[in-house]
Amino acid sequence: MAYNFAFIDENAKREIRRKILKAVAIPGYQAPFGSRELPIARGWGTGGLQITMSLIGPDDVLKVIDQGCDGSVNAVNLRNLLQKTTGVRTAYETRQATLIQSRHRIPEETLTADQIMVLQVPWPEALRSVEPSEARTREMHAEKDYSRMWVYLYEDIVRWGEVTIGFRYPVMVNGRHIMDPSPIPRWDVPRLHMAENLYLFGAGREKRIYAVPPFTQVAPLEFADHPFKTEDFGGRDCFLCGSTDTYLNEMFDSATGRKIYACSDTAFCDRRRAEGRMAEKHAYSQ
Amino acid sequence: MGYVAVKGGAGAIAAAEELVKYFRLKGRSEPLAAQQIQDQLRLAVDKVMGEAGLYAPFLAALAVKQAEGDLIEASFILRAFCSSQPRRYYTAPAGTGEMEIIRRISAAFKDIPGGQVLGPTRDYTQRLLDFSLAEESREHVEDFLEKFLKDVKPAADFTFPKVIDLLRAEGLLDDEGGPAEELFDITREAVSFPAPRSARLQAMARAETGGLMALAYSSMRGYGSAHPHLGELRVGYLPLKIIHPELKEEVFVGRVLVTEAELITRFAAGEDEQPRFTLGYGLCFGHNELKAISMALLDRTMRAPVPGSPAEDQEFVIYHTDGIEASGFSAHWKLPHYVDFQADLQRLRSAGSRPEGED
Repeated sequence: MAYNFAFIDENAKREIRRKILKAVAIPGYQAPFGSRELPIARGWGTGGLQITMSLIGPDDVLKVIDQGCDGSVNAVNLRNLLQKTTGVRTAYETRQATLIQSRHRIPEETLTADQIMVLQVPWPEALRSVEPSEARTREMHAEKDYSRMWVYLYEDIVRWGEVTIGFRYPVMVNGRHIMDPSPIPRWDVPRLHMAENLYLFGAGREKRIYAVPPFTQVAPLEFADHPFKTEDFGGRDCFLCGSTDTYLNEMFDSATGRKIYACSDTAFCDRRRAEGRMAEKHAYSQ
Repeated sequence: MGYVAVKGGAGAIAAAEELVKYFRLKGRSEPLAAQQIQDQLRLAVDKVMGEAGLYAPFLAALAVKQAEGDLIEASFILRAFCSSQPRRYYTAPAGTGEMEIIRRISAAFKDIPGGQVLGPTRDYTQRLLDFSLAEESREHVEDFLEKFLKDVKPAADFTFPKVIDLLRAEGLLDDEGGPAEELFDITREAVSFPAPRSARLQAMARAETGGLMALAYSSMRGYGSAHPHLGELRVGYLPLKIIHPELKEEVFVGRVLVTEAELITRFAAGEDEQPRFTLGYGLCFGHNELKAISMALLDRTMRAPVPGSPAEDQEFVIYHTDGIEASGFSAHWKLPHYVDFQADLQRLRSAGSRPEGED
């Protein structure tokens, strides 16, 4: 038995594309859709996959990353499924890809108008931390009643001196909807603002699609006296490429017992190294 | 790094797949035929069909084999298969009065029209481990079948009237408002709350048996006040028809084995202020009595005007009982979370103003 191009049937793709259009028309609004079951488990990228499957064509160049890395096992598995059912070309270089599916990271490279960025979303509802009921949070969005979210942030500051949300930092989109940007680090949040490319967000288990269209205002929630801050790596650099302006993962070098840092975006890091930029002060431990 | 890592991930995945196969086969015993699973692990196959939402006994048996008996995994495999197939027809409404019964009981009435039919049940057997099964052979099977079938006489009638119709005829049953003109299909639309009853019933028919049972039990035990009577529990083959697109008339397409439970619960005052019983309804693919009973109970509890317990809260029940969604998400914590954890690590260090530690 042969599977359809990109696995899901054409009627399902059409429905998902219509829901994507709805999401684009109302930036930051969570459009419900009839989420299909995939041969990938719920919570492992089924929302992003359904968006990718409904948009991908034979001429697309696909890139799939997980936590910034193309080689991460789940990224490999998702890429294999898409490649097996479409036969499209895949890319490692961010600049070559037309369609990028990612979990928890936006590539370091600035994306262009020719690229679509699809993010996998575990919890589409930014207000879930203050309200467990879906019926109620939809009302809150409809009425733009975000007071509890602001109080939550305020109380966080009172208790801890600052907002303690590390990733999944809530943002206001187009001045209207509070949106969960998916579990990207705060580092990636500013890249959603007035970007040239389209961002699509898919939550398969929760059956929601939402979007940040190109050139849309995206503002992290902040107070005048407590501005939003991205991660600060204190001038540390990547032990491979020497970069000081990328999101770094902290690791322990078992050979020396010291903490080392490496770019989370492996494609970006590899390109810098290919261009001859090396970390100067680190000796390779590999 | 880079492409090396890509290849590393791919290699590890391929090796893991090989290992799964090895662990299934390393005992060198006779390979299990899917047909054997379909015949002899009947209830596992039924559970998988119900939780997948696809009535396909052979494919379900194959999924059980592929999943090495992990029924949630098997349901997941079978449900994923559905997405690759277009949906062409909806069946015409089927009345369960037309079911060809293999078992039907009522706990509310001693004597029911057509009589109680115990059918294949372990309810009144002693659950002693049967050591003789360890020695079961082909001969035993043939011997048993020959003897058993010799004395069996076909029943005059396979269909039975519905027990609760007695109450309905007397006007003692609250009118459930009849079927909606168009049924909500949760596989094609995201459900919103309050959800129509058709959506709630469909979600529960596909839900995981254990999940439904835990919530139904919570209501029976103390978190809620459900006190149901089992009006009727029936297991049998339900004939299904579709409307032929050209002939515009009903065409028989097959029979599905289903379990149906109707629970009679406490009073509700109708519009005429007369007290009436209300009905909780459960129906699922295959022979799965615990699921049908749990579903019927939750169908009733979810009609509470103001939810006072988890089992009465539609969102709580519907969102948390789908085995495939719950298992997928519960397992996803195995995925790497380096980036998020790094962000949290930074926040924690900075919130407590701790020194960063040595580099």
